[in-house]
Amino acid sequence: MESLLYQLSTGVANGCIYASVALALVMIDLATHHINFAQGEMATMGTFTAWALLQAGMPYWMAFGLAVAISTAAGFAIQRVIIRPFEKAPVLNNVVVFVGLLVTLNALSGWIFGHTIKEFPSPFASSKWLGNKYLSAHSMGSLLVMLTMLLILFSFFRFTRLGLAMRAAASNPLSARYSGIRVSWMLALGWGFAAAIGSVAGMMVAPVLYLDPNMMSGVLLYAFAAALLGGIHNPWGAVVGGFIVGIMENILGAYVTGTELKLSVALVLIVSVLMFKPNGVFGKKIVSRV
Amino acid sequence: MKALNYRLCRFALAATLFASLCVFPFLLPDYRVFQLTLVLIYAIAIIGLNLLTGDSGQVSLGHGAFVAIGAYVTAVMVSQDWANAYASLPIAALFSFLIGICMGFPALRLAGHYLALATYALALAVPQLLRFRGLEPWTGGVQGIVLSKLDPPWAIELFGRNLSADGWLYLVCLALLAAAMWLALNLVRGRVGRALLAIREHPAAATAMGVNLASLKTLVFGVSAAYTGLAGGLSALVVAFVSPDSFTVFLSITLLVGAVVGGLGSIWATLAGAVFVQFVPNLAESLSQSAPWAVYGVILIALMFFFPGGLAGFVTKLRQRRRAAGHALSFRQPDSTGDKDA
Amino acid sequence: MNDLLVVKGLCAYYGASQVLFDVDVTVRGGEVTALLGANGAGKTTLLRAVCHAVKANGKMLLDGKDIGGCSTEKMAQLGVAHVPDDRGTFTDLSVNENLLLGAHTRSDRKAVASDVEKMFDRFPRLRERRHQQAGTLSGGEQQMVAIARALMLRPRLLLLDEPSFGLAPLVIADIFRILQSINREEKVAILLVEQNAKLALDISQQAYVLETGRIALFGPSQKVAEDESIRRSYLGH
Repeated sequence: MESLLYQLSTGVANGCIYASVALALVMIDLATHHINFAQGEMATMGTFTAWALLQAGMPYWMAFGLAVAISTAAGFAIQRVIIRPFEKAPVLNNVVVFVGLLVTLNALSGWIFGHTIKEFPSPFASSKWLGNKYLSAHSMGSLLVMLTMLLILFSFFRFTRLGLAMRAAASNPLSARYSGIRVSWMLALGWGFAAAIGSVAGMMVAPVLYLDPNMMSGVLLYAFAAALLGGIHNPWGAVVGGFIVGIMENILGAYVTGTELKLSVALVLIVSVLMFKPNGVFGKKIVSRV
Repeated sequence: MKALNYRLCRFALAATLFASLCVFPFLLPDYRVFQLTLVLIYAIAIIGLNLLTGDSGQVSLGHGAFVAIGAYVTAVMVSQDWANAYASLPIAALFSFLIGICMGFPALRLAGHYLALATYALALAVPQLLRFRGLEPWTGGVQGIVLSKLDPPWAIELFGRNLSADGWLYLVCLALLAAAMWLALNLVRGRVGRALLAIREHPAAATAMGVNLASLKTLVFGVSAAYTGLAGGLSALVVAFVSPDSFTVFLSITLLVGAVVGGLGSIWATLAGAVFVQFVPNLAESLSQSAPWAVYGVILIALMFFFPGGLAGFVTKLRQRRRAAGHALSFRQPDSTGDKDA
Repeated sequence: MNDLLVVKGLCAYYGASQVLFDVDVTVRGGEVTALLGANGAGKTTLLRAVCHAVKANGKMLLDGKDIGGCSTEKMAQLGVAHVPDDRGTFTDLSVNENLLLGAHTRSDRKAVASDVEKMFDRFPRLRERRHQQAGTLSGGEQQMVAIARALMLRPRLLLLDEPSFGLAPLVIADIFRILQSINREEKVAILLVEQNAKLALDISQQAYVLETGRIALFGPSQKVAEDESIRRSYLGH
C-alpha cells in the first residue's frame, strides 16, 4: 500500500511537469495551429543556460530566474525571426522548419555546453521538511514550483489585460486586430512563455534525468500524450492530462511493464486515445473528419 | 511525332544513365561504392516517405521506425537462420507493410502536425523497444546483431576488376531501386495516384466523388512503410550490422529532409534528396567540426525559405519560366521554333 | 457636421482579382450612412478596406488625417470600431471578457468598468449571461455582444456589417432601435452595410448603392428610397 502511494505521489509530481509542458504545447497550438516540436530543445537550452550560470558561481534561485528570463527572450526572438516568415507556408514546410529548429538547438546545446551527461543540482535535496515517505524532497519541491507556476499562469491569463489580449489573439486573430491588439506580438509572447515554462520544467527534471542535449525528448512525448488526452485545444484539460499521464507512467512502470518500455507506453497511450477518444477526455472537436 | 521523339529521348537518356550507374562498382574504390549504395537505399526509403507525404499529404516523422523494423526483421531472420538474406527482404517489406497499416488506421484521425507528432512518438518508441531486455535473445539488445557481408553469387569481371561484395550489394540495390521507382511511378500516374492527389488537394470533394478515403489512406501508409522496410532490410545487409542506436529519431528526420529537399511528389527527385542526406552532413561536418547538425538545421530552414518546393519545385518553376518565355517569343515571331511542349 | 471618413478612388483586391473599382464614399460625423447592394457587390470588402484588412489602394482620410498607411490595429486606436459580418465574437471567452476586449486600447480603466455596466443597462439580456461563454449565446445575443463590444471603444465611427443577418424580426427591430439611440445620443457616426434596404434607409441620412464593385447611386436616403430602380430592385415595389 505504501509503495502504491509512493508511486501515486511521484506520479503526481512527474505529472505536474508533463502538465506544464503540455500547457506550453497547447498554448502555442491554440495561437498558431502549429505544434512546437522544438519545445523540448528550447527547454533543454534553458536548463543548460541555468547550468552554465550555476557553474559560474551564481546562487541557485538567481540562476533560475535569469535562465527563465533569457529563455523568454529567446523564445520571443525565435518566433519573430524564424517562425514568423513561414506563417503562411504549407503545413509540411512548417513541420520541416520546426524540425530544423529542433536539430539546430539540439546541436547548439551540445556544441556550447558539451555532450557529456551533467549533474544538475536540486535546490530541495537537502531540505529536511520537504521530504517525506511518500515523496522525495526534490519531487515535493518540484511539485510546489510547478504548481506555483501554473497558478501564476492561470492568474495571468484570467485576470490581466495582457493575458486577455493573448487569449483573444488565439481565439479570433482578426477580431483581435480590429480591437487594436497586435496579434503578431502576442504570438511571439506566447512563444516566450512556452520557452519559459519549458525551462522551468527542464530545471525540475534535470536533477533526476541528468542533463544532456536529449534530456527532454521523453518528457515531450509524454507532454504530447497528455495534451492529446486532455483534448488538444483545451489548456487546462492538458494540465489534467499531464497528471493522468504521470500517474499512469509510474503505476504501469512499477507494476506492469517495467521502466524500460516507458516510451512505448506513451506511444500506446497516444494511439489508444486517438482510436477511442480522438477529442480527448474533455476536448472539443479538432479531429479532421475527412 | 515530336511527342514520341521526346519520349524516346527521355527513355534513352534514362537507359544510358542506368547503364552507367551499373558500371560504377568496377570503376570506384569500395568505400565509395558503399556510400553510393547507401544513397540508393535512402532513395528507396524516401520514395516510401514521398508516397505518403507528397501524394496523400500525410506527414510522418516516424519512418525511421520502419527502417528499423525492416532492418531488424532481416537481421534476425538471417542471424537466427530462419531465412536466407534475399528471402528475408520481401518478409521485411511485408512485416513493415502490416505495421504501417496498423499505424495508418489511427493516423486517419489526425492531420498535419498531429500526425507528425504521433509518428514522432513511434520514432522515439521503437529504439527503446529494440533495447528491451525481454527481446534480447533475438535482437541482441544494446549490442545489436552483426551479419556477414553477402558475396556475389557469380564472379563478374569488368574493366579488369572482379565484382566485390560491396559492388554486388550496390547492383542489387540499384536493381531494386529501379523496380521501386517504376512501381511508384505507375502508382502515382494511375488511378490510385489520381485518387491520392484528390485526397491531398481537397479531401471533402474526393470523398464526395466516391474515393474511399479511409482504406486508401491506410493502404498508402502500408505501402509507404513497405518501401521503407525494404530499405531497412537492405541497409542491414549492406552495413552488415544493426543496433538500436542506428535508428534514432534523427534517421526519421533525415528521411523527411531528403523527401522535402528533393521535392515532394516527385519520384525522380528522391534521388537528389538521397544524395543530399548522404553527402551534405559530411559537408556540414567539414564546415563545422563541432556542430554539424546545427549547420544542417540552418540549411533546412534556409531551404524551406528559398526553395519551398524542393529541387523538383525549383525545376518546375524554371520550366514554367522557360515555357512562358518561349510563348512570348512565338507570339512575336509567327515562324519561330516555339513549341517546346511534348 | 464635418466629413469624418472620406474615401476616394478606392480599389480593393482579393488576391489577383479586383473587387472594388474607384469607389468614393463620405461618412459625415454623427450621421448614419447606409451602404446597400446585392450579395457580392463588395460592401464587406469596403468595410475591410477601411480597416486595412484587405489589399487596397486609394485615398482615405479620417477627420482630415491620412490613414492610408495604417495597420488594422491602429484603426481601433483612431476610434474606428468594426463589427464584421460574422460578428467576430471571441467565442471561447465570456461575454464580460468580450466587452473588456472592445476597450483594449483605452487606458481609463475606471471609465471602462463603468462603461461595461452601462452596456449591460442598454442590453439587459446580456447582463444575466455576463459570465457565460460567448459562443453559447443565441444569434441575436451575439449580435448585441458584438455591438456592445464595438461601443466599448467609445468610437467616433462604427462600421457595421449586416447586423440584421440571420436574426428574427423582433430582434432586428430591437437592435435597430438601439443603433438609432446610439447615433442620436452619443453622436457616433455609423457606416451601415445592409442587405435589408428598407431598414437601412429608414435609419440613415445618406445612402450609397454598390453594384459589382462600383457606386451606382448615392444621395440622401429619402431620395435614394424614392428612386425608381432602387424601389424595384431592393424595396420590392
